[in-house]
Amino acid sequence: MTGYLRSAIAVYAKDMRLEARTKETFSAVLAFAVIVAFVFGFAFDPSPSVVALVGPGIVWVAYVFTGILGMNRTFAVERDRGTLEGLLLAPVGREAIYAGKLASTTTIMLLVEVLLYPVFLVLFDLDLFNIWFALVTIAATVGFAAVGTLFAAIAAHTRAREVLLPLLFLPIILPVIIGAVASTSAALGGAGWDGVGKWLQFIVAFDLVFLVLSSWAFDFVLEE
Amino acid sequence: MTTNSTPAAPSLAIDVQGLSKSFGRTAALRQVNLQLTYGESLALFGHNGAGKSTLIRTLTTLIRPDDGTVRIAGFDCNSQASQIRSVIGYVGHQSLLYDDLTPRENLRFYARMYGLPDAHDLVEHSLAEVGATSYAGRRVRVLSNGMQKRVAIARALLHRPRVLLLDEPETGLDQGGLELLGAVVTAVKQGGASVVMATHGIEFGLALAEQALVLSNGRVTMTCASPETSVNAIQHAVLRKPEAQPTLEGQTTPKASE
Repeated sequence: MTGYLRSAIAVYAKDMRLEARTKETFSAVLAFAVIVAFVFGFAFDPSPSVVALVGPGIVWVAYVFTGILGMNRTFAVERDRGTLEGLLLAPVGREAIYAGKLASTTTIMLLVEVLLYPVFLVLFDLDLFNIWFALVTIAATVGFAAVGTLFAAIAAHTRAREVLLPLLFLPIILPVIIGAVASTSAALGGAGWDGVGKWLQFIVAFDLVFLVLSSWAFDFVLEE
Repeated sequence: MTTNSTPAAPSLAIDVQGLSKSFGRTAALRQVNLQLTYGESLALFGHNGAGKSTLIRTLTTLIRPDDGTVRIAGFDCNSQASQIRSVIGYVGHQSLLYDDLTPRENLRFYARMYGLPDAHDLVEHSLAEVGATSYAGRRVRVLSNGMQKRVAIARALLHRPRVLLLDEPETGLDQGGLELLGAVVTAVKQGGASVVMATHGIEFGLALAEQALVLSNGRVTMTCASPETSVNAIQHAVLRKPEAQPTLEGQTTPKASE
């Protein structure tokens, strides 16, 4: 367990150090997210009734698309630079590498999501500073990263990885997107645990199942 | 080194029996046997596509064999891959270094991944060993190929491996780098570890290794003791390529252009 944690933390710290130094993924993902939000801002008349209806969907569409972009880079960068072999040659369980990658992907996604709060506030008058929404965001983002990290590793081995990842990822993650949109509607509508709770529990259950499954399956997807 | 089929003994650093590997319909390795004891080194020769890199990568556990057994330091490559990874060092075609980290940061990261105690001292010692201390604080992306190769060698030596696997390690190294590589290989052997080195430099390989093996289209076509072998003999064996690439069904496909 100590070796597992040590290795996972090492991968996470390395990824965050690289990201802090290059800001490659963060800047690309943030720019893309802002553009998506602006496109929706011009596509809809942001009146209160329309925002109440489509606002949660817009938020999660922006989060999912940016998440896919960020996850695609997680392993693509390692593979393109040949460093994935370095990770695979280390005498650690593949699940430790998965855990480190999952943590760094989650961190970057959450940072981008938080930075989008003011964008949604300005464009849609959507106040996302809400504890229930924050909990839903964390749970759903962990779910995205749990599934996305596994599929990003699979996609990284292929030439058409930019196409393959969404094709693999979106059908699996659909329940989380539905749960996130429904619970965001409830949270922003002023509902507390009564409205958000069942969806939050559903997302957390999904997270747990896919954290275990993905961690187990990760060993096989890295085989050459 | 021997190529007979005696069972694995604990004294063997590498014991490969009947190793075969195919990629699709193309057979990369066919019934390869080799044994290497500790402190011994082997130079691996062969034309492009002969199977040298596939053999080295199979020994690293990066490639899983289709058939046969591979044991490194007594560990089986299928069931004890993690143990094998803890006792091997590998220098491949790519440096396995992160461009935006410094050599020192790269080595510290790998030291953590290997769970090495006294990582700071080990990192500094490894950097000094390959003469990379002076540029250890610069980002890898600004270093020349030769400098990166030196750091890659330091990374491979960081955990004091019992088996060092080198895939064309001389690529990108200047004369000083080659001399350093020779000194490193000699020191590793004197420390009791084994070295397997795939190379196109026949003189270079024969000078460093006690044993030599020539691969051609995935088959071992020649094994010999290096001191007793001439460069010409190896050259002849390397150039004597079979007329066609073997496939799984024993059929042939047109020879790949070199």
